Amino acid sequence: MYVELGHFALILALFVAVVQTVLPLYGAARGRPALMAVAEPAAIVQFVLIAVSFAVLMRAFVTSDFSLSLVVANSHTAKPLLYKISGVWGNHEGSMLLWVLCLSAFGAAAAWFGTNLPPTLRARVLAVQGSIGVAFLAFILFTSNPFARLPVPPFNGEDLNPLLQDPGLAFHPPFLYLGYVGLSMAFSFAIAALIEGRVDAAWGRWVRPWTLAAWIFLTVGIALGSWWAYYELGWGGFWFWDPVENASFMPWLIAAALLHSAIVVEKREALKSWTILLAILAFGFSMIGTFIVRSGVLTSVHAFATDPERGVFILAIMAFFTGGGLTLYAARAGALEAKGVFAPVSREGALVLNNVLLAVAAFVVFVGTLWPLVAEMAFGRKLSVGAPFFNLAFTPFFVALAIVLPFGAVIPWKRAQGARAVRPLYPVLVLAVAAGALVWAMQTGRSALGPVGVALGLWLVLGAATDLWLRTGRQGWADRLRRLARLPRADWGKAVAHAGLGITFIGIAGMMAWQQEDIRVAREGETYPFAGHEITLREVQQVEGPNYLSTLAVMEVTKNGRPVAVLTPEKRVYPVAGMPTTEAAIDNGFWRDIYLVIGDAQAGGGYAVRAYLKPFANWIWGGAIVMCLGGILSLSDRRHRVAAGARRAPPVAPGQQVPAE
Amino acid sequence: MRWLALVLALALAAPAFAVQPDEMLDDPALEARARDLSKGLRCLVCRNESIDESNADLARDLRILLRERLVAGDSDDEAVAFLVDRYGEYVLLKPRFGGANAVLWVAGPGMLLIALGLAAAYLRRRRNAADAGGAELSAAEEAELERILKT
Repeated sequence: MYVELGHFALILALFVAVVQTVLPLYGAARGRPALMAVAEPAAIVQFVLIAVSFAVLMRAFVTSDFSLSLVVANSHTAKPLLYKISGVWGNHEGSMLLWVLCLSAFGAAAAWFGTNLPPTLRARVLAVQGSIGVAFLAFILFTSNPFARLPVPPFNGEDLNPLLQDPGLAFHPPFLYLGYVGLSMAFSFAIAALIEGRVDAAWGRWVRPWTLAAWIFLTVGIALGSWWAYYELGWGGFWFWDPVENASFMPWLIAAALLHSAIVVEKREALKSWTILLAILAFGFSMIGTFIVRSGVLTSVHAFATDPERGVFILAIMAFFTGGGLTLYAARAGALEAKGVFAPVSREGALVLNNVLLAVAAFVVFVGTLWPLVAEMAFGRKLSVGAPFFNLAFTPFFVALAIVLPFGAVIPWKRAQGARAVRPLYPVLVLAVAAGALVWAMQTGRSALGPVGVALGLWLVLGAATDLWLRTGRQGWADRLRRLARLPRADWGKAVAHAGLGITFIGIAGMMAWQQEDIRVAREGETYPFAGHEITLREVQQVEGPNYLSTLAVMEVTKNGRPVAVLTPEKRVYPVAGMPTTEAAIDNGFWRDIYLVIGDAQAGGGYAVRAYLKPFANWIWGGAIVMCLGGILSLSDRRHRVAAGARRAPPVAPGQQVPAE
Repeated sequence: MRWLALVLALALAAPAFAVQPDEMLDDPALEARARDLSKGLRCLVCRNESIDESNADLARDLRILLRERLVAGDSDDEAVAFLVDRYGEYVLLKPRFGGANAVLWVAGPGMLLIALGLAAAYLRRRRNAADAGGAELSAAEEAELERILKT
C-alpha cells in the first residue's frame, strides 16, 4: 500500500509542477501578484511530494520489498545496509527520481531564500524551474516508473552491481546530480532574465551563489568518482576520459566559466549576453550528460536501439530546453546592453580570456566525446577517441590557463598597466620556474611533464598567496597580517580555490610522470625489493564477507627493514551478481601512495602481484577538496549572507513600500 | 564454504588483471615499448579501456600478439599497423588524422582561434564604448535604493 502512496505522490508532484509553471508565468505577464505568489508554495509542495516518493522507494529498498521489480533487480537481503540505501540510485529509475528530487530541492531553496528577488523575476525563475520538473517527472512516470510491482514476488533479489557496492560510489551520484541540477537554477535565472529583458549587476549577484553551489557539488562528485576509480579498478588510474566522465566534466568546465563571467556581470555590468548563453549551455551540457549516461548511446549505438523510448524522451527534453533557451536567447540577447567600459588589459579582459580557454576546452571534450558517434553515422567509420587524444588535445588549454591565471587574478579592473600590475608576481614566477628546473635536473631523461606540472602548480599556489598578500595594503607587517584576517571571504575563497587547482596540477603531473610499477609472481613468504622499499607476501587467505567471497593477501611493506605498513589487497567474487572485483590495498602518504594488487594463483605456484608507487597521488583529490573549500568560503561571503539576512529584517512601514513594477 | 569459493572461482573464470607476469618480455627495452604501445590500443570488447588496463581475455590475446610482432622485429608503426589491418581503426585510441578525422583534430585549435578573435573584437568594442556607467537611476531604482539603505 505504501508503495502506491509513493507513486501517487509522484503523480501529484507532476500536477503541482504544471501549476508551478503555468500560473506564475501568466501572472508575471499580466501583473497579477496573487498568481505569481503561487510559485513559492508550489515549489515547496512539489519538493515535499517528491521527497515522500523518494522516501517510499528507499523504504522499499531497506526492507527488501521484493514485490517491486526495481528492488528485485538491484538488491539482495544479504547486502549491507549502506548499499541497500545507495541501491536506490544505483539504477536508472531510482537515479532519475533522485534527479528530480535534487531539482525540486533547488526549486524549494530558491522559493525559500529568494524572497529578496523582485516578484516577477522570482515568479518566472520558479516557473522555469517548475517546467523542468514537469518534463522529468513525466519522463519518470511514462517511461521509467520506479514503483512497478511484480505479480509474484521472488524470495530474493538479483543484487546490486558489485562495482557499485563501495562507499566512494555510494555518494558519487548524489553529489553529481546536485551539481547537474544546481545548474538548472542558473538556467532558470537566465531564461527568466531573457523573458524580463533585463540583466543587471543584481542578477549577476543572485545567479552566482547557485552556480557556485552547483560547481562545488560537481567538484565533489567528480573527485569522488575519480577517487573510486583510483582504488577500485585495480591499477590506479584516476581519469579515463570515458564518455560518462566527460559528461560530468563538460558541465564542470562551463560552470567554472560561468562563475567567472558572472563576476564581470556583477561588478562591471558587461559580458551579460555571454553569461546568459553560458548559463543556458551549462544546463544544456548537464542534460547532455544525463542523456549520455541514461541512454547508453555512446557506450554503444546498440544500447540506444534496445531502449529507444527513454533515449528519445530525454533527447526531446534536451532539445526543448536547450533549443528553446537558445531561441529565446537569439531573440532577446540583443536587448542586453553592456555598461562597463574597460581596456583589453584589465581584470575584465583576463576573465574574458579565462572564459575563452574554459569554453574551448569544454568544446574539445565535447567534440572528442561525440566524434565516434558522428564518424559512425555520417562517415561509416567505426573508431575510438580515447585518453591519448584527450591528453594531447585538452592539456594545452589548462596549461595556458595555469600560466595566465595568477596574472589575471592580480591585475586591476577597468584599465591596467600590465607591467606594473604584475611586477609583485615576478619573485614567485622566478621561484616556480627555478623549482621546475630543479625537478628537471633531479629526474634524468624523463618526460617534461613532471617539471612543467610542478612549476605550474607552484606558480598557481604561490600566485594565489601573493594575490591575497597584495590586498592587504602597504603598511607594516603586523598591520598587513591583521588586514589579511579581515579580508572578505570571497577574496579568500578565490585564492584558496586557485591554490587548490595548483595542488591538483602537481598531483596529476607527479603521478603521471614518476609512477613506478612492478608486476611479478610471488610465493607466500617471498620478499622482493620495490622502489626503495621491500615487499613481503606473508600469506594468502580465503575469506567470506557478508555477500562475497574473497582471496585476501597479507603483504608487508618495509623500508630499510623498518616496517611501513601491512596491506591486505583482495580479489572478491560476488556470487549473486556473478562478478569479480579487485580491492587494491593502499598505504596513503603525503608524498606517495603504495598501491598493491593481488591477482590469480599461478600454475607453477605463487600469486601474481602488482605493486605501484604513485607519487603525489593524494594531491589530486586534496586539491579538489581545497577547491571546494574555496568555493564554500566564497559562498559564505558577507554579501551573499546580507542578501539572505535581509529576508528576516522587519518589513518596512506601509507608507514607504514600493509598488511592484 | 571454501569448496564453494573454489567452484565459483572456476565457474566464473574470473578474469585476471591487466598485464600478467607470464606475458612480459625478458628484454626490458622491448617490454617498455610494448607497454607504451598497448596504452594506445583499445580493448575491443571493453568500455573505453586500453589493452594495457583491461582484464578481458581478448585484451590479453592482443597484448601477446603485439609482443610477438615486436619480438619478430617490427617497428612500433609496423606492429600497430598489423593490428589496425586486422581489427580496424576502432582499435586506435588516438584516431589518425586522415580524412574526416581532420575535423576532430582541427576543431579545438580552430575554435580557439575563432574564440580569441571574437574576444578581441569584444574587448575593442568595450574599450571604445561611450561610458554609459554614469546613467541616472530611474525613479523605481531610487526608491529601491532608499528601501535597501533603510533596512
